[in-house]
Amino acid sequence: MNIGQHISQQFNAELEDIRNRVMAMGGLVEQQLVDAVSALVEGDSALGERTISGDYRVNAMEVAIDEECSRVLARRQPTASDLRLIVAVIKTITDLERIGDQAERVGRMAVRLADAEINKSQFVELQHLGNHVRQMLHDALDAFARMDVEAALNVAREDIKVDKEYESIMRQLITFMMEDPRTITRVLDVMWAARALERIGDHARNICEYVIYLVKGKDVRHTSLDKMEEEVRSER
Amino acid sequence: MNDSAVSTHGVDISALDREPRHLSLKDETITLKVKDLNLYYGEKQALKNINLDIPKQRVSAFIGPSGCGKSTLLRCFNRMNDLVDGVRIDGKIELDGEDMYDRHVNVAELRRRVGMVFQKPNPFPKSIYENVAYGLRIQGKRTRRELDDVVENALRGAALWDEVKDRLHDSALGLSGGQQQRLVIARSIAIEPEVLLLDEPASALDPISTLKIEELIYELKDRYTIVIVTHNMQQAARVSDYTAFMYMGELVEYGDTDTLFTNPARKQTEDYITGRYG
Repeated sequence: MNIGQHISQQFNAELEDIRNRVMAMGGLVEQQLVDAVSALVEGDSALGERTISGDYRVNAMEVAIDEECSRVLARRQPTASDLRLIVAVIKTITDLERIGDQAERVGRMAVRLADAEINKSQFVELQHLGNHVRQMLHDALDAFARMDVEAALNVAREDIKVDKEYESIMRQLITFMMEDPRTITRVLDVMWAARALERIGDHARNICEYVIYLVKGKDVRHTSLDKMEEEVRSER
Repeated sequence: MNDSAVSTHGVDISALDREPRHLSLKDETITLKVKDLNLYYGEKQALKNINLDIPKQRVSAFIGPSGCGKSTLLRCFNRMNDLVDGVRIDGKIELDGEDMYDRHVNVAELRRRVGMVFQKPNPFPKSIYENVAYGLRIQGKRTRRELDDVVENALRGAALWDEVKDRLHDSALGLSGGQQQRLVIARSIAIEPEVLLLDEPASALDPISTLKIEELIYELKDRYTIVIVTHNMQQAARVSDYTAFMYMGELVEYGDTDTLFTNPARKQTEDYITGRYG
């Protein structure tokens, strides 16, 4: 499956452009996430502010790509893999935009927590979780670019580990709060940040589901990993 | 609030969690059955080992590039190819389980059961009324009153009645292209066929007339089995329940239209419907 080889060169160019823009948007969102997590972990409120103010660019890209997709739908009436590409793109950018919002949220927490007296050891796990979901996002975008369903499946598997990691962070944070109730306000902020990162894992998994839809024509949303694997391996 | 489980904002939502509906040939009654069909124009083989089931009261569309054999296959369904010199056919086509190429078959009767509409509207140079009544008249034994009823019903069935009811005895040649095509469809359905073959029925029409024909096809499938050949893929996607993609005399892929246009099984089909180099 590939984008090119249409008799209409113009159509090739339009689809290529859409895909490139999704990749650019993905790269931007990934950078926002990296910045937000390091702002949080390093207590860098200036960097936190930058991720907050940078989110508008992500939103603008979503709107622009959506518009381009509508235009192609109206003018080209794409079918088969072309149609699935457009549908997958429209859905992917929604999840990317949400990831952008979650990154912004982490940035906000980074600003609030920057000057707070807080046990920095809490951030070790958060940094780990942040790296984990960042890698998921990166691999999901990679799977999208290469239309690689096996890679997509691997990312979806990672989401289970992310969920476990998130739960263990929650348990740890609850212990902190029980030990010293004066920390509750701040620890709650940390919890929000952890929650945001966990959600990013879910969105990355969603993107992988769209990749499988795009390549295989199978809708694997709301199914188990086993079912997903079965569809990926099936001939049709 | 008791009915909130099935209704919201006045919309019935009880059916929304159903699995998406996919047509399947397994669930259909088959009207036309093509078995191992080969057709030769002299030395040239135009159809290669075609096997295909056309389901009853559904719209089946044949798509494919020029010369792929789709019109040839369509014309087999009412033995129009018999009229072409040098045609040789082997294999079988069954209409309701009976071999239509059996030598005992009455071809005129077969063509009454399997009507055909062509690309270019071909009304007779007669009045609108006489065009529709023509088939009945040659069958004989109809009274004026019967004819009036049949003509009205056929014109209503072809969604033309309101446009022509005040000028039934004017010449059919004064109608627009789209109206003429609907008149020809009315003429076909006046004799109550089982199957309606449409060979590029809208390709000579403007977009609005095309949509009217497509709407008409949708209404007609409640009563007739419809097979349509079209160059316009979007039209096939819009009107048909099943689509067959043909290429160089072979049936490449045949299945429900939704699947064929969103997730075709064969690369050749994919290349054709997405407009790629084959």
